[in-house]
Parts: sequence; structure tokens; C-alpha cells
Amino acid sequence: MNGYDFSLAGVSLVALGTGALWWPDRALLCVSDLHLGKSERIARRGGGTLPPYDTRDTLNRLAADLARSQARTVVCLGDSFDDLDAARALPEEERLWLAKLQAGRRWVWIAGNHDPGPVGLAGTLLTELPVAPLSFRHIARPGASGEVSGHYHPKASIRSRGQTVTRAAFLLDRDRVILPAYGTYTGGLRSNNSALATLMRREALALLTGAEVHAIPMPR
Amino acid sequence: MPDLPPKLRNWFAAKGWSLHPHQRAMLERAGDPATLLIAPTGGGKTMAGFLPTLAELGETPPEGLHTLYVSPLKALAADIKRNLRSPVEEIGLPIRIDDRTGDTSQTRKKRQRADPPHILLTTPESLALLTSYEDAERTFSGLKRVVVDEIHALAESKRGDQLMLALARLETLCPGLRRVGLSATVEDPGAMARLLARHPDPCDIVLADPGPDPDIAMLETDELPPWAGGGAAHAIPAVMEQIRRHRTTLIFHNTRAQAEIFFHNLWLANDEGLPIGIHHGSLDRGQRERVEAAMVRGELRAIVCTGSLDLGIDWGDVDLVVQVGAPKNVKRLVQRIGRANHRYNAPSKALLVPANRFEVVECMAALEAVRDHALDGDPRGPGPLDVLCQQILIAACSGPFDADALYDEVRSAGPYAWLSRADFDDCLQFCATGGYALRAYDKWQRLQQRPDGLWQLRDPRSAQRIRMNIGTIQDSDTLKVRMRGRGGKPLGEVEEGFAASLTAGDTFLIGGRIVRYEGLREMTVEVSRDKGRKPKIATFMGTKFATSTQLSARILDLFAQGDWPQLPRHTADWLALQARMSQLPQAGRLLVESFAHDGREHACVYGFAGRNAQQTLGLLLTKRMEELGLAPLGFVASDYATLIWGLEPLADPAPLFDPEALRDGLEGWLAGNAVMKRTFRASATIAGLIERNIPAAQRKTGRQAVFSSDILYDTLAKYDPDHLLLRITRTEAERGLVDFGRIEEMLERIGGRIDHMRLTRITPLAAPLLLEVGKVPVAGQAENRLMAEEAARLMQASGLAALHQAEAERSAPSRG
Repeated sequence: MNGYDFSLAGVSLVALGTGALWWPDRALLCVSDLHLGKSERIARRGGGTLPPYDTRDTLNRLAADLARSQARTVVCLGDSFDDLDAARALPEEERLWLAKLQAGRRWVWIAGNHDPGPVGLAGTLLTELPVAPLSFRHIARPGASGEVSGHYHPKASIRSRGQTVTRAAFLLDRDRVILPAYGTYTGGLRSNNSALATLMRREALALLTGAEVHAIPMPR
Repeated sequence: MPDLPPKLRNWFAAKGWSLHPHQRAMLERAGDPATLLIAPTGGGKTMAGFLPTLAELGETPPEGLHTLYVSPLKALAADIKRNLRSPVEEIGLPIRIDDRTGDTSQTRKKRQRADPPHILLTTPESLALLTSYEDAERTFSGLKRVVVDEIHALAESKRGDQLMLALARLETLCPGLRRVGLSATVEDPGAMARLLARHPDPCDIVLADPGPDPDIAMLETDELPPWAGGGAAHAIPAVMEQIRRHRTTLIFHNTRAQAEIFFHNLWLANDEGLPIGIHHGSLDRGQRERVEAAMVRGELRAIVCTGSLDLGIDWGDVDLVVQVGAPKNVKRLVQRIGRANHRYNAPSKALLVPANRFEVVECMAALEAVRDHALDGDPRGPGPLDVLCQQILIAACSGPFDADALYDEVRSAGPYAWLSRADFDDCLQFCATGGYALRAYDKWQRLQQRPDGLWQLRDPRSAQRIRMNIGTIQDSDTLKVRMRGRGGKPLGEVEEGFAASLTAGDTFLIGGRIVRYEGLREMTVEVSRDKGRKPKIATFMGTKFATSTQLSARILDLFAQGDWPQLPRHTADWLALQARMSQLPQAGRLLVESFAHDGREHACVYGFAGRNAQQTLGLLLTKRMEELGLAPLGFVASDYATLIWGLEPLADPAPLFDPEALRDGLEGWLAGNAVMKRTFRASATIAGLIERNIPAAQRKTGRQAVFSSDILYDTLAKYDPDHLLLRITRTEAERGLVDFGRIEEMLERIGGRIDHMRLTRITPLAAPLLLEVGKVPVAGQAENRLMAEEAARLMQASGLAALHQAEAERSAPSRG
């Protein structure tokens, strides 16, 4: 898989340009913050009728990552659905598609702040998943190590010769990796935001996603 | 002709005033359904608009709103209120006059709706908002006249389209409403009249005496203008001298950034400490108002400004207008010149200051156009559909509506007279369901059709959100700038992109002072005072206008003369050298030069299509060149040419200009470009898909909840390419930032006649382009290469590369 190779707590991992995390030894693919059903939730709450293709697009990209990686385990790190009603309101077509992606795989839903309960879909719902020596949870816990989390939707910029390129980014230091949001309708939080800057060690990296993954010292 | 009230007549007589012929003509036509008055600045235009109102209201006016006055500027509405109130109060007429704009307090606004004044002064946006209320019918009941001031300024943008739709709505509420438009000199009065009138009503045009020709010249400076750039620093001593010689000088600039830089330099050269102010749209309101007040009191000797002072506010004793930088557009220049000498029948005095060598030619072409009374302007085209979508939402806010009736109402507005039912229905569908190929929102429609056939808001609470987002003004997203510390003084606004590029310690100019960037706090840029004399970063960008079609054509005509006695020697010599080394661009042909310079191949395309179109041409040509294996690296565009550099020489430019291929580029490749995405964002915001303002209670807490409109654009392009908003975006691309219309016009003009000059070195006309700012690297492979380079550099510089290398070697290599 094309991406940035690194190790966390002695485990070899690959940050993929798509924003997914790949653990080759376990054939485990981890994605965070899918926010499925976001356009539906926005419309339900009176915020306008955005193009209703976000769930389809997110699943399209996930299906491509699954086909390439042949992952046996999938961990969705929380905020997989924009809220619990959005999970329930998932159109039949997209529900079936998701079931097809799940077939023959172990599938773990980590509870997020947007989707704290069961979503009525196949798969295991957990508040966190330990797979020694790593642990998967939605929101990073200060002081933890070997931790894989999401929640913050980190992004970072590279500025070169007057051009600024901003991309969703993994944040990485020796204790943890924070995944970028995978969902189509998601924004980002700059790595220099105080929440992220205090969480990450001084020598942290930002891995910018895209056709190629570029590692830079985490902007703070 | 209706009589003026005796008290008013006596007052006129006591002042020794008599009516101008056009003022009399407006009184005579008071009963006409629509009248357009075209008069120069200082011609008593506004009074001409109000005289029929004063005559009808008389000395015992009945209750209720009689006349609505709409102006493009809040400040103008406030100014007219002052100017109208003082004679009315002096005379003792019991006429109530009030203004209503975005600045009016909530309590006053409420009172105005319940108990409107006789004359209400407002802006298009505030009027649109008024018509969105359920009680609009009561507020406007009895309304007789609408006066649209400075209609020429509104007609150039979507604000005018929105206003005409609002007038159509008023006409429904108050049948028989009479309309008056007041305009500066325009190139096509007939088109303006058709815009104003209720379609298909007639609209007579009253032309006032245009007054004497202006006294206008190019400013001679001792120092030569530079080859490129827009600062005009070389002209500072000469402009300072002019300020000394005149009572009050208005110094116009094309962009806010240029105004800031010029003001800063002027201030450094102001040894006598003459009172000089700065005024532009990005400054804090308080600061602008202080400058305006000082101006009215006659305390300022000069004011450096932008288009924010273009319109008819009476600044008193201006006796000189200076235009810094080529005027880009003859009509705007003429309107600006009118700001000098606010007395009727006295010539206005103006000086043009070219900021660089090419602008000397452009200024000369503009001077000749002014002398020839040749104004420029492009027809606006049919009313845009994004504005119509907003109008449908506004109608829904005011109450349930019948689609057929609304369609008829909309078509009575000039810009929408030829609107097809299919387009109207698409807009209605968009407002109701989003109008997607995938029907996803049956449960959450914004508008619903009731059993009786009328359309209404599904959730009445959404009216508040719609009202908060009324308007068509599309400033790029801006952030407020404040002095650091508790209750820090607000200074103004900068563009979000500019703010994002700042790092702590950077210094920049705002409101004529140098400030130091400290940080971003809750979406406010915090700065501190800086004692330096030179800002590190010039300033924020601001809009750039493209040189008009007419002015571009005149420059080509000027080139064709062969010798140029009217131009300064240095500029004439420059053109002569170009003619010797290569050739001068000609009308009806396209000059393309190619040469090696500085180790790279260059191609210069003299399209004379204006900055935006030349920029788009750069994007399209580099794409084509990449396909042809010419390895373009980047380009830069000006109003007259695009210069492209790359690795391989251009042997034959003809295939690059195949109209079909360029058109395909617009549909295909350019569709993914940032300029198209900006165009989409503007339309999506106006149409109500993206909300700029959200009620505080519903605002999300984290920044990560907000996602870019680019994502919406990409998603639509991928899954719903025929969606209404993408159709609107493609139409918009014909003008504005993309300006594909002018590329097509250029292709038609050159008709395949391309002169390719292969030269051994850079040419005189191409050289200044290398100094232009705004170079665009070619995206795709180049962007990735740049990112990789910069990432490697950062990793090395920080020492992190070595650290993580060791880490990676310890862990096993990945499979996958």
C-alpha cells in the first residue's frame, strides 16, 4: 500500500494518502470520522439541502481502500455517523452497500461523540478497542501511549514559494497517531490549534494526505 | 405639472434658486410609470428625484409611506437624509424622513415597520429584507413612488437584479407604483431604462445638460514610472505638490492594497504635516465615519480612497481628482472625475497617474476616450438564476405563494422579462428540495406545496435563517483586525487567505499604519503597533478590475499609429524598440512571441482580453502545452498579455488556439480549477445553499465542523453534473473572474491570424511581465514536486528527518 511507513509502539503502520491507517501484520484498516448521513442531518435540522451524495462518496472511497488492502479487520474510530438518527435514516441502498463491505470481515464501530450508541448495523460497538500494543479510541487521552484516535479532523499546510497547500493530515509522535477525518463532508482543525499543540509532543510530525503523503514537522 | 407647496416655492425664491430644466422635466413627468434621469454629478439629480414627492405630499401630508428611496450605499442614504431633512425642517413641512440600512438599530427598524415615515431611505439589501416580512403589505400600503439613486452603479451587479425583483414585489403589493431612476452618464441609456421599468411599461429618459468637458491630463513626474507594479511611489512628490496647490484632492486607487501603500508613502513624504486621510471599504466603520466627518467639515486637504468614494456623497470642496493607476474603464473614470467641483456647469479637474510604463499608454488611451465621450460597458445578459433562487426564498418568508403568480411577477422585472418557465421551475425545485437527481429530501424539503397548491416554508423557523442571509454582495471571506488587549480598537478587515499566510511578527499596513501580527483569536486578527517604517508584507489583495474591451481596443489603435508624439519620450522609445525587435500587437491579429530567457523557454501571448481572461487563458494554454509535452512551469497574466515559461520551446502556437479545444478545456479541465470553485461558492451562497450567517444559538463550536464549499462543488461535479448550481456556475464563468466570454471575443477578433515571432531574447513589451506579481505555478505534477521539496527541507532543517529515519529502520518494513 502506497503511503508513509512509520512505527508506533514497535508496530509497523502505514498512513495512506486516502486518510486511512493500514496495519499490515494484522490486515487491519482503520478510518476515522466518516460522518455518514451528514447531509441528511443538516437538512433535518433546517440547515439547507446540501448535495445528498456524501455518504455515497465516502463509501466509494472506503470500498476502494478495502479492495486494495484486502483488509480482514476494519476499525471505524468513531463519529462514523453524523448522529444516531442519521444512522437510522441511512437509505436502504447505502445500508445494503455497507453490509456488502462488511461481509467476511471483522468490523468494529468505536463510539464517538456524534454516535455514542448502537446504530442498528452489523459489527461490534465498543468504546475502545485494545489490540496490544495499540489501543483504538475516538478521542485521544493525554498520557496514553500506543494510541490510535480521531475526533479532531487535523489538517496542516505546506507553504512553498508563495503557494500554500492545505491537506487533511495524520498527526504522529512517539505516543500516538491522530487520524484525519475520512468522511467527504468534513472540515479540518489546524494542527496549531491549542488542543492539538498541547496534545502532541514537540517532535511530532504532520503527514499530509493526497496522491502522495508528505511528512513535515507538525506546524504549531 | 404638479405644483410645489407654496412654502417650498417661497423657500426656493428666498434662496435665489430656480429649478434646472431637468428638475422641471421630472416634475412634469411625475405621473409617468417610470422615468430615467441621466445627469452629471452636481446637477441636482437627487433633488430632481424628490421634487415630485415634495409636491405630492404638500403641506398636510397623509399618514403612511409615500416614497421609497434606494441607494447603493448606506452612507449615501444617511447623507440624503441629512440633506433632505434640513430644508424640510427649515421650511417647516410636516414630512417625516428616515433611513433604514444594516446600521439601523433593531428598535428603530421595528418602529419603521409598524409606523413608516413618509420617505424611507434604504439600500437594496434592506429593502429585500423588508419585503420578506409577513407584514410587508401593511408596511408598504399606500406607497406611491420609488426613487433609485445611482442606478448605474447598481445595474452593474447582482444587487441591481435583486433590486428589480424587489420592485416587482412592491408593484404586486402596491399596484400603480411609479419608478424613477437617477443615473450618471452611461453608454446605453435605453438598456438602463428597460432595466428600471416594469416590463413591458415604457420608460422615458430625461437627459440633463452634461456640462462642460472636464479638464483632464496625465501628471508629469520628474522620475520615470517603473516597468511594472502598481504602487506609483515615483509620483509621490508630484502628487504632494498638487495637494499643496489645491484645496481638497481626492486620490483614487483601483485596489485597497494600492491605496494603503500609497497613503503610507504619502504620509512619509508629508513634511508639512498636511491633514490627509484614507478611506476604503476594508476599514473599520468608525474610522471611515471619522474621515467622512472631517471631510464634510472641510478639514482634510487630501483623501486617499478607492471605489468606496465613487458614489454621490457630497464631500464639499473637492477641486482636484487624482486617479492613480490606469483607470481600466472609461465610464468609471468619467464618474470619478465628476467628483471634483461639485458645482454644475464648471469643468472638473483631474489628473491621471500611471503606475508603470504600460499604464502610460493605457492612461493616454483613456484620455482620448474621455475626450471622445466614448464610454465602455458590456451588456449584462439576462438576470442570473442564483438571485432568482434567493427571491423565491424571500417570497416564501413573507407567506405562502402561488408559483404561477410569482412567475408572472418575476417576469415583470426588466432583467427577468425573458425568463423561461423551465428555468423558473428549476429554481423553485432547487429551493424546495435542492433539485438533485437523487431525491433525498422528501422529508426535509425547505419549501412544501400545500393541498391548495400554494408553496410555503416547511419549517417557519427557517425564515429567520433565510433573512439573515439576504443579499448578493460577495466580499471574499474576511476577518476583523483589532489591536491586541482588552477592548482593542477595531481597525478593519483583511481577507481570510491573507490572514492565513501571516506568522507572528509579520508586519503589514492597515488604515495607513504599520501593525504587527500577534495571532488569531476567535476569528479575529490581533495586532500590535509597530514602529517600523517599512511593512514586511505589503498588504491584503483586494479586487482587481480588468481593463475594458473598449480601452484595450484603443490601446491597440494607439500602437498602430507608428509614432507617438502624445506620449512621453521614454514610453514612445520603448514602443519603438519593441517594433524594431519584434512587432507591436495589432487589432485583428494575435501576436505570440517565443524566446529563451534565463535558462527557460518563454511564450508571450498578447491577447488584450483583460486580466481575468488572460489569467484563464494562462490556465488553459499551460494545460494544452502540458499535453503537447512542452513542460510548462508557470505563467503570469496582465491586462494585455500572458507570459508562460517552461522547459520546451513553442514551435507552432496555432493549435493552442483552436476554439473547440479551448472550449473543451473550460468544460473539462478548468472545471476543477480554484477560480471556478470561487465562482460556484458565490452563486451557491446567493442561491441559499451555503449560509454565511447562522443564528448564534445554532453555531457549531469546533472549527472542524465547517467544511469548504469546494467539497460541495467537487461532489456535485462528480455525482450531479447537470445540477442547476453547476449550470449557473458555467454561465457565470462567461464573465467575472473566469471571463471566458472575452477569450471567445478575442478568438473571434483574431480569426486564426496568429503572428509567431521566434526571437533570440526577451522583448521590451514582454520584459515587464517578468516583474509582475501573481505568478501561477502550473498545478498537478509541479505542485506535488514543490510539496515534496519543501517537506524534505523542513524535515532536514528541524532535525526530525534523522530522528524518524532511525525510528523507521528499527521497525520492520511494511508489506501492503
